[in-house]
Amino acid sequence: MEVFKNVLCPFCGCCCDDLEVEVDSNKIINVKNACALGRGKFLSIGEHRLLKPLVKVDGELVETDLEKAVEKTVEMIKNSSYPVFYGFGCASCEAIKLCLEMADLSGGLADNISVVCHGPTILGLQDMGIPSATLGQIRHRADLIVYWGCNPVEAHPRHTIRYGPLSSGRFVTGRKSRRMVVIDVRKTPTATMADVFMQVKPNSDFEILTALRALVNDLDLEVEEVDGVPVAKLEELADMMINAKFGALFFGLGLTMSYGKEHNIEAAIALVRDLNKKTKFVMIPMRGHFNVTGANEVFTWQTGYPFCVDFSMGYPRYNPGETSAVDVIARGECDLLFIIGADPCSHLPHYIVERLKNVKLVVLDPSITPTVKMADVAIPVAYVGIEASGTAYRMDGVPLQLRKVVDPPPGILSDVDVLNRIVRRLK
Amino acid sequence: MVNLVKMILVSGRSLEQGLGKEASKFSKRYIDVTAVCQLDPEDMSRLSIGEGESLRISSQHGSIIVKAVKSKHAPHPGVIFMAYGPWVNNLTSPETHGTGMPSFKGLEVEVEPVKTAERS
Ligand code: SF4
Repeated sequence: MEVFKNVLCPFCGCCCDDLEVEVDSNKIINVKNACALGRGKFLSIGEHRLLKPLVKVDGELVETDLEKAVEKTVEMIKNSSYPVFYGFGCASCEAIKLCLEMADLSGGLADNISVVCHGPTILGLQDMGIPSATLGQIRHRADLIVYWGCNPVEAHPRHTIRYGPLSSGRFVTGRKSRRMVVIDVRKTPTATMADVFMQVKPNSDFEILTALRALVNDLDLEVEEVDGVPVAKLEELADMMINAKFGALFFGLGLTMSYGKEHNIEAAIALVRDLNKKTKFVMIPMRGHFNVTGANEVFTWQTGYPFCVDFSMGYPRYNPGETSAVDVIARGECDLLFIIGADPCSHLPHYIVERLKNVKLVVLDPSITPTVKMADVAIPVAYVGIEASGTAYRMDGVPLQLRKVVDPPPGILSDVDVLNRIVRRLK
Repeated sequence: MVNLVKMILVSGRSLEQGLGKEASKFSKRYIDVTAVCQLDPEDMSRLSIGEGESLRISSQHGSIIVKAVKSKHAPHPGVIFMAYGPWVNNLTSPETHGTGMPSFKGLEVEVEPVKTAERS
């Protein structure tokens, strides 16, 4: 038996890099240090596996070989008038770079799953900048942790232990030395751990953030409550934030997906900026998939823009609302969707999925998903971070190495190897 | 008892949904967690709906019938929760409001109990 230490977990944006994976005869037999989600991923890679390339013939998916599937994919991209390359939350940075090259070569559009998570965060930070830090700085120094519109106990289960209120830092040691605040529409398991839980109404975040800004700036609110939250409670929170030595705001999709979207983020950034006049305060988005941050990074190095990049004019163009994969599909402009590291048929609104019936789909995925079932070409790939190595970015923008601990099933290549074959033929 | 109530739908992640996703999106575990709606107990009484009974949720974009379950995160009267997945996406809005992102949270919906005869 071989034990791999300090393995990175390829599940959520925490990118925990302290896992121990026990491997016997190329089979993962145990995973230590991971939460249930990370452990579940390592131990279930053999299940519901896509093992052979598939192509659609007369409406039915039939098995083929890799060479033919690659050939068919290249032909479809060459014949497409406007291909969209989408996904990347579960792909390595190296694979993302190759997909951007394909989008450039084919005059298509490249977009990542930020359009179903923190796209509005990106828009907010482009307007305002973001006072940020690494998770390590927060763990060592933060004496106040605020979770707004996120539920890490269920979505990022080790966040509170590794980086949040339960973590043990060099200068701030453990739960007793830290205050914890949760702001959410429901009393989630994370909220039950908090010193202060502030329940807000759905779609009221902008008003609450604006009221907090007023209080932090020593202005009086001439009302009893703001959208159902008593002003006394807001004053208590504003005081806690001002009196913290080092505060950290972690925010989730409760802010980005609610009414107001990027304006909520702008208000949150403005609040943190105001707090920095009185104390030290930082903020970090709770990114969901393990390399969605990496997708934004690679898109930005290669094109200048973090998502929604259109190459149809021969140069990168960026206009979210016009050039997002969702907008393009809704307008019926795309005739080919190339997907890697995502399952849009499960995660996009049904209205958009209906429009995909008129679009050719090419999918690279290790397992059988609803999107694979709808595909015209599906090519199996190795699980990156388990069966293939690569680079991923943690939610705070720190790049880390994804490791290979077992070989993929026979005949299955990494996504980078498959993409290289496609790109070579496109040139 | 009332038959039809306007509510706010919030979709989101849950631990069970994450575990179900890894088991397979075709697994019973995934379906059991994504094809249910969590309601505040008071709203369940208002609608005269019991644990595990069917309810119809309709938005501007579609309509689904899913099982009702009592929320463990109550009170949140007037707010219903569903885990991310294909069911709730029948209701979510493709409108991106200039951000590129559809609307998955804070959606206005109508909720009503489904009679057994109607279901079959
Ligand atoms: S918190 Fe996230 S990265 Fe860490 S072990 Fe759990 S799923 Fe993996």
